[in-house]
Amino acid sequence: MSRQGLTREQIAQRAALELPDGAFVNLGWGIPNLIAAYVPREITVYFHSENGILGMGPRAAAGEEDFDLVDAMKVPVTVIPGAAFFSQVDAHVMTRGGHLDICILGGLQVSGKGDLANWRVPGAKGAGGIGGAMDISVGAQRLIVTMEHNAKDGSAKIVNACTYPLTAVQCVNTIITDLAVIDVMPEGLVLRETAAGITPEEVQKHTEPKLRYKGKVPEMHLR
Amino acid sequence: MEPKNNIYSSVDAAVADIPDGATIMFGGFGGAGFPNNLIQGLARQGARNLKVISNNCGTGDGELGILFKNHQVTRVVAAFPGPGAKHFQEQLDAGEIELELVPQGILCERMRAYGAGIPAFYSPVGVGTEVARGKEERLIRGKRYILEDALGADCALIKAHRADRLGNLVYRKAARNFNPIMATAAKLTIVEVDKIVEVGTLDPEAIVTPSIFVDRIVQAKGLRFV
Repeated sequence: MSRQGLTREQIAQRAALELPDGAFVNLGWGIPNLIAAYVPREITVYFHSENGILGMGPRAAAGEEDFDLVDAMKVPVTVIPGAAFFSQVDAHVMTRGGHLDICILGGLQVSGKGDLANWRVPGAKGAGGIGGAMDISVGAQRLIVTMEHNAKDGSAKIVNACTYPLTAVQCVNTIITDLAVIDVMPEGLVLRETAAGITPEEVQKHTEPKLRYKGKVPEMHLR
Repeated sequence: MEPKNNIYSSVDAAVADIPDGATIMFGGFGGAGFPNNLIQGLARQGARNLKVISNNCGTGDGELGILFKNHQVTRVVAAFPGPGAKHFQEQLDAGEIELELVPQGILCERMRAYGAGIPAFYSPVGVGTEVARGKEERLIRGKRYILEDALGADCALIKAHRADRLGNLVYRKAARNFNPIMATAAKLTIVEVDKIVEVGTLDPEAIVTPSIFVDRIVQAKGLRFV
């Protein structure tokens, strides 16, 4: 398949533009983990980590690691002024209770209704792990999924119905991929933007559910 | 009333009477806040057929890894066993271990409920997924919820930063995680701390786990597996 879409870094860069100033935000594994580096300088967002940090800053510099201060991926991090520490229960009061403004997770499949599958590939080796993904998906005020538009074998990841084990039903609000920005609306999937050089018809070809759009679809801007 | 002497001189003494078949909660997340000295003590003590409740299942031989390596565990309740949980994975594949995978926020909320005397609660997490299998579903004000059981244990092994001699605890940064919740949900809570201090030296405003939840205290030099 020859096509020119965004790189993973560029998907992260585009997703960072969805963050409003002052937002409380949880970032998941994969592409979401790249987003913090692209938050526009003029705004402050408060990153939540489900192991009990609000106001998480960048990774700790070499030699300055504190191994009591790690993110959910076990990486030593820092905190910004105004940060708070709390227990796992309080961390998930924040997720499940609807207190986080935006959560951005990786995805294996997203359905046309906004169902998300992102925690286990059927048949893959290992027990898998749910982690905090189900609590986060259910409670997020706004859930964005960042992922490659298609699987490595070219198959659609935006599908009519998920075939992988579900994380949560009807939870996704927006999907950002290497090809497009798509909003999950009551009437179906709405194509909001396409990557430079990609036509709406091409995006549709790589997407199972029908995409809605009118007239000229704007290009994905990165800043 | 004289305060009972909860302070143990060694981790081995603190875990000596944990029996075979015990259900044990282990604090810790992502390398921070694991009671690594108590885990090593339990490995030396050799109790078997243990039922483990923990977010993760070890990193190589580190953290909980040693208990799996020694074949001391037969059942696990976890949210994210973890890519480094080599010994756990091998025994799961071999059918030696039974696994109950639980969403992380539900894992700790079930403990919180148990500690608070709530037998079960309705939750939106996992509705429509395999987590809901076999659970009662109920519509409350138009939304779907599933019934989750409280989760308790015979014993909680936890890690804190400081304890006073009564067992009031403070934690350090993200090493708090599951530890204070587990302290409330077990019949016997054993804590390892970096330092035991005199009663009255911890600011009452800053105490996270009040001593009522703590049974045994042992001071041990921090042991970390990175």
